[in-house]
Amino acid sequence: MISIQNVTFHYPDGPDVLQGTNLEIHDGEFVAIMGENGAGKTTLVKMFNGLLKPDKGTITVDGINTRKKSVAQLSRDVGLIFQNPDNQLFAETVAQELAFSLRNFGFSEDVITKRVTSILNTLDLERYEKSSPFVLSGGERKRVALGAILVWDPKHVIMDEPTIGQDYLQKDRLRNFIMQLVSQGKTIVIVTHDVEFVAECKPRVVLLSHGKVIGDGPATTILTNSTLVQQASLVLPQISTLMKNLTDLGAPSEIIDAYAAKDFVVARMSEKVQASTRPLKS
Amino acid sequence: MENVSISIEKGEFVILTGPSGCGKTTLCRCLNGLIPNFYSGDLTGDLEVDGVNVSGKTTAELASHVGFVFQNPENQLFSLSVERDVGFGLENMGVPREEAIERVQWAMRATGIFDLREKAPYELSGGQQQRAAIAGILAMRPNILVLDEPTSFLDPKSAEEIVAVIAKLSDDIGLTTLLVEHRLDIVSRYANRVIVMDSGRVELNGAPSEVYNDRARLIGVGLPRVTMLFHLLRTEGFDVTNPITVEQASVDLRRLLTK
Repeated sequence: MISIQNVTFHYPDGPDVLQGTNLEIHDGEFVAIMGENGAGKTTLVKMFNGLLKPDKGTITVDGINTRKKSVAQLSRDVGLIFQNPDNQLFAETVAQELAFSLRNFGFSEDVITKRVTSILNTLDLERYEKSSPFVLSGGERKRVALGAILVWDPKHVIMDEPTIGQDYLQKDRLRNFIMQLVSQGKTIVIVTHDVEFVAECKPRVVLLSHGKVIGDGPATTILTNSTLVQQASLVLPQISTLMKNLTDLGAPSEIIDAYAAKDFVVARMSEKVQASTRPLKS
Repeated sequence: MENVSISIEKGEFVILTGPSGCGKTTLCRCLNGLIPNFYSGDLTGDLEVDGVNVSGKTTAELASHVGFVFQNPENQLFSLSVERDVGFGLENMGVPREEAIERVQWAMRATGIFDLREKAPYELSGGQQQRAAIAGILAMRPNILVLDEPTSFLDPKSAEEIVAVIAKLSDDIGLTTLLVEHRLDIVSRYANRVIVMDSGRVELNGAPSEVYNDRARLIGVGLPRVTMLFHLLRTEGFDVTNPITVEQASVDLRRLLTK
């Protein structure tokens, strides 16, 4: 469990980025932290592996105070994937990039080869095995950065803006991949602006605004709350707006994705067909 | 890129989209001479931008024709104040002081950052920074604006605002706009044309409601979610339209449900 208690934080000479933030993330949960640019989202997750330590308050990971451990020790359990992959990548080839941390953690070459191959495969990077990460496109580099962390199989996986620069198919693949990790019992935390991605994944949503948690609950509740969504500089999912425009026709307000909306329309239309073919009572 | 042929008319607002690695950014880099001047490779074919044959021209020469806005505004801003940043390009071009001041003020007003002119770029939010970057480009009075995923790093509200600013400029001063975007939910309403690239080729090219079809979906284009819903309804056998905005979808779905 990742537990954040009364955490405040400011960068040198800056205002408080986090202002008494409280949050508990349980093992195996899938959580999206959302909010405006500068809300403190990235600052918050950088505390999960000890890269930043709070000014006041405590952060514990699996019961251990992050002040008591080094980033290297915490990283074994908390894998943090940065927003900008270039802050993370340095090796000569993609395969070396993926193998680097495993060598540091002292895995055998046998295990390293197996894991690297499997990650290349899962993230659709096989053809780039021997390429330099720096000749790849932004979206591809992002996947390499993700792979470089996932390869050592951390218990909690934190992704900062994983969908930026990813096209639709890659987002779909990312979503499937996240679901796979969730079903393996990993804790997944994503920091994101991508309302439509969240509407499709439906994780628990934590809204952060000006360093405070202003909303916390299921995606279907939080992302359909116009007031909260606006406060956090987000927008309603398109389908949610569509459903709100049709509430007078009985459109359910908790629908936020196209598939659920399709099911609603299909059900409604078949009711109409049945009603019109039912024999009139004499 | 392979055998790419497109033409964009003056004043058009065109979205260029397609899977990552499809050649969108490469195409953009050709338009202002970054390719072949700064990236090595093999470029053949003819390229004319704003009536100028690009071949043999430097990126600096092309800058007064084509303005370029990148994903991350931080890479474009570095001065001590917004005003200086917006004027930086003009200074380099040797524009007389009086005219430069006038152009900078106009560009800051057009992008809604006039009140922020004395702030340092790092004091601005991401959306404001991107506006400042756009203002700096506008001040050079290009006829063509090329934006490579300018909303990527912005929260949805700021992204909507930036796109609205760009669309207004395109309308008001007839700026020809080529916008590289994945966030079709936000940008589609403004575009008169969408070009979809895949594996270095132009696969689709037309009005948004024509281009947002099954083929686009298979290529990996993230259709606006309301458009997606109507696709799903068609596969269920309903005879429905192909809306690209929520407003249009609301009207069309209401019609279906009350038929």
